[in-house]
Amino acid sequence: MLTAGPTLRVPTDTWEFVIVTEAGQRHRWDWKQLMALPSERPTVDLHCVTKWSKLQTRWQGVSLDVLFEGVDTAADYAMVHSYGGYTTNLPYEDLLNGQAWIVHQFDGEDLTPEHGGPARLLVPHLYLWKSAKWVRGITLMDEDEPGFWESAGYHDYGDPWREQRYQGD
Amino acid sequence: MEFFSDDFTDGNALAGPLREIFAVDMTEATGRCVSCGDEGPVAGMKVYAHAPGLVARCPSCQQVLMRLVRGPGSAWLDLRGTMSLRIPMPAE
Ligand SMILES: [Zn+2]
Repeated sequence: MLTAGPTLRVPTDTWEFVIVTEAGQRHRWDWKQLMALPSERPTVDLHCVTKWSKLQTRWQGVSLDVLFEGVDTAADYAMVHSYGGYTTNLPYEDLLNGQAWIVHQFDGEDLTPEHGGPARLLVPHLYLWKSAKWVRGITLMDEDEPGFWESAGYHDYGDPWREQRYQGD
Repeated sequence: MEFFSDDFTDGNALAGPLREIFAVDMTEATGRCVSCGDEGPVAGMKVYAHAPGLVARCPSCQQVLMRLVRGPGSAWLDLRGTMSLRIPMPAE
């Protein structure tokens, strides 16, 4: 029920994840390089904009603190990009300090394409539309810009605890 | 977890939400896709439900033609993927 388009099947041998800084510097990882990074196993609650929550979901992936370690930036905002063209925006600081991961396993199994595999963003303290499926990169920005849903009425930030579903909430 | 699926319907799912805004049945309107230029009826779009939003995609090239979000006090309609809509009207 929560999909903005057809399920994408992205093979891991052509998969890549690219961070582009506000100065245009690119940091790229292929699948092997991602798998070689230290991973974590967060257990988190998910909150959907349609009011349901799913408690205690188990994931495995790489913290964005690890991916941003060698990235030189003073940006305030980030745009997350997915295969298939989906985008979602959030403040850069919401990706740091143990708040966000690039996950590739759910409940002990490889993430299926239906669940956003081979890898998706997991940013559980914001509504689930921010946890982009089929993630392929993050662009850092000095100015905030709206993503796919944020430009069509969804809230720019999306804090479930303040019920920020729509613009103006 | 059942929050992802390939389920989509045709553009007739847009009839009620669009009638609320335009007060005519928009599913008979003909839209032209910005991306590929193909023309077709709104009823022929591929509609993905991402409640509280709807995404309508071009049946030819899959690009997004329309986003429609219905909040409690507002509706948002994003038509940037649609070059034009030809809407049938009664003859003057
Ligand atoms: Zn098209």
